[in-house]
Amino acid sequence: MSKLIVSLSPHVHSGDSVQKNMYGVCIALVPALIASLWFFGIGAAIVLATSVISCVFFEWAIAKFLLRLPNCTVCDGSAVLTGLLLGFNLPSNLPVWIIIIGALVAIGIGKMTYGGLGCNPFNPALVGRVFLLISFPVQMTSWPVPGQLTAMGADVVTAATPLALLASGHLDELPEATDLLFGNVGGSLGEVSALCLLLGCAFMIWRKIITWHIPVSIIATVAVLSGILYAADPTTYVSPLVQVLSGGLILGACFMATDYVSSPMTHKGQLIYGVCIGFLTVLIRLWGAYPEGMSFAILIMNAFTPLINTYCKPKRFGEVAKKGGKK
Amino acid sequence: MKTFKLGGVHPAENKLSAGSPIREANLPKQAIFSMFQHIGAPAKPVVKKGDVVKVGTLLGEAGGFVSAPIYSSVSGKVTKVDVALDASDTRRMAVYVDVEGDEWEESIDRSTTLEKLSAHPELDSKTIIEKIKTAGIVGMGGATFPCHVKLCPPPGCKAECVIINAVECEPYLTADHRLMLEHADEILEGVECIMKAVDVTRGYIGIENNKPDAIALMTEKAKNHPNIEVVPLKVKYPQGGEKQLIDAVIGREVPAPPAIPINVGAVVQNVGTAFAIYQAVMKNKPLIDRVITVTGKSVKNPSNLLARLGTPFQQLIDECGGLPEDTGKIIGGGPMMGKALLSLEVPMTKGSSGLLIMNEKDARRATPDPCIRCGKCVNVCPMGLEPYLLATVSSQHDWETSENNDIVSCIECGSCQFTCPSHRPLLDNIRLGKSTVMGIIRARNAK
Repeated sequence: MSKLIVSLSPHVHSGDSVQKNMYGVCIALVPALIASLWFFGIGAAIVLATSVISCVFFEWAIAKFLLRLPNCTVCDGSAVLTGLLLGFNLPSNLPVWIIIIGALVAIGIGKMTYGGLGCNPFNPALVGRVFLLISFPVQMTSWPVPGQLTAMGADVVTAATPLALLASGHLDELPEATDLLFGNVGGSLGEVSALCLLLGCAFMIWRKIITWHIPVSIIATVAVLSGILYAADPTTYVSPLVQVLSGGLILGACFMATDYVSSPMTHKGQLIYGVCIGFLTVLIRLWGAYPEGMSFAILIMNAFTPLINTYCKPKRFGEVAKKGGKK
Repeated sequence: MKTFKLGGVHPAENKLSAGSPIREANLPKQAIFSMFQHIGAPAKPVVKKGDVVKVGTLLGEAGGFVSAPIYSSVSGKVTKVDVALDASDTRRMAVYVDVEGDEWEESIDRSTTLEKLSAHPELDSKTIIEKIKTAGIVGMGGATFPCHVKLCPPPGCKAECVIINAVECEPYLTADHRLMLEHADEILEGVECIMKAVDVTRGYIGIENNKPDAIALMTEKAKNHPNIEVVPLKVKYPQGGEKQLIDAVIGREVPAPPAIPINVGAVVQNVGTAFAIYQAVMKNKPLIDRVITVTGKSVKNPSNLLARLGTPFQQLIDECGGLPEDTGKIIGGGPMMGKALLSLEVPMTKGSSGLLIMNEKDARRATPDPCIRCGKCVNVCPMGLEPYLLATVSSQHDWETSENNDIVSCIECGSCQFTCPSHRPLLDNIRLGKSTVMGIIRARNAK
């Protein structure tokens, strides 16, 4: 009787944990992972393995030797997830040393400088990707043509992505929407199969890891906005279907923008965040210097997340009754 | 099916004792009556050492309007009037009675015949409220708010309906469930008493649909009471919260504090309270016993006991197979809002709805991880608050931000902490902030 535990209520817990959420997202990425291996073969495997291993290593090393944190957060799966997402944002023929630099920037600058898990204002994987995109523009934009399962390094045949064609005005060379859906196009690993990504997204919504608000608002905004432009002038602009299915839009909407730490807390805030990301993406894609606007749009909106959290309060219980006045 | 609109969680129900009929617990050897069995002013002891008391003898008189008298539940001799550890883990004034025999005050009607309110036209609103007040009845769902206070609406407010809380949304607890199955008629008469007391013609009994047998029985019995409607509710915690229940049953939201349910025309009483009111009004019986669920995964016979107030918890556990080897935590009440007890010597009180024994593995809290800002606490908060924010600013002693973000609206249901993937002690911090901010507000208003 001397060893009774005394604590405040609640005395039970749902059993949810950080690990379950992080590994849940990793599981949701499996269909896309299989698709990327199918289309890009050994190159994809090398990119993903390098990215995941170096992210985990850097997180462990920084936590242990630089920050000297008492509890290492490597086991919670967030570094594995960052590694996977970074890998999905890279072309399959990227040299290993560039990937390692990307991982160092993602984990080191994107996450650990702010204090580690839960403190980073920006999505770490996107910080890594954008850093690489600006630093190594040539390597980062030579996209291998899918189907070269065993080709590596310089042997890989590369081609322009649908969005690069779009930006340079080669509308007639664009792939069919069905190819985009199943992933038979050039691009980074995770950009290829929209179907597999949507499958993963459905899994996350079913497991209640994320809610529908962010992905749906982003995709809907891009579709509506590009639909209006397409209706106005089909010779200059592509159909909304191609816009939605190409590039990192689905990957970004379902997996990058929904990152817990850097996205708003309330559903209302998440809708605003999603709509703004969609809007910025279309703006950058059509009138910006880069063919792909998703990463920048998400990072820009990450910066607005604290502001959105401050102004988008959830509806308090009893608020309507108060405004109703009488009662 | 109806339920409340905002948030909510689904803890594992674990209603282990649902099939176990209510049985009478043995009389204790010594009963301890805390003078703090309700919210408000404590009762004042009116007996002294050596006094001989019977079942139903007044031990402590109400210490004010928001207070309730306390009666002996046993017969015997008062051995001392002294402090005792109670279920709120505090040492407070109590009356100790050594039990001898089982003699009852003659004014109490101990027969089991059903007395109908309709047969007693002399019982008007005032008489009913007076009887309830004299009987020392408090909210028996656990909040222990003196019942007669709720039945006397403040000036300018008029009750429109009575809502009976038969939700029992806390996991493990089955006392209300069994009470409905075994005393449906008495409960319905009790509801009639409450309705007459506040002069309304509409009564609802909200029951979650994980108790289909109770819903069926109460609906059947309510056919004789055309003004009372049984409302089945979708299972969701914390539906037993007063404000959530009002929202679920009649779709009205009680505004933020200081507004109270009567501001939207609702009077809410627990189903156990309705039963106690029946006994007080129709049988002249003060509140001296109640049904308590003694349960836990390792408890040999999870049971619903009709026990006398003042019985030490140790004895109740002994009657259900003894304290299990692997006991890690003993909780007075349910697992979501109950209090962990310091000792089993603590006596049961008017608000003791359950005694839950948790094994050591379940009792331990996991080590908290950093907040990953997933927003799940915001989504489950039934009051539409932002627990992550309130917990953070409270832990930083930023009372102004806490107040501006409506911390006083928190009902301490624990949904946020229950759901937090990082196992953060959200409610611990929010409680600190809420009580501090309420103190600040009181001080400001007093100026």
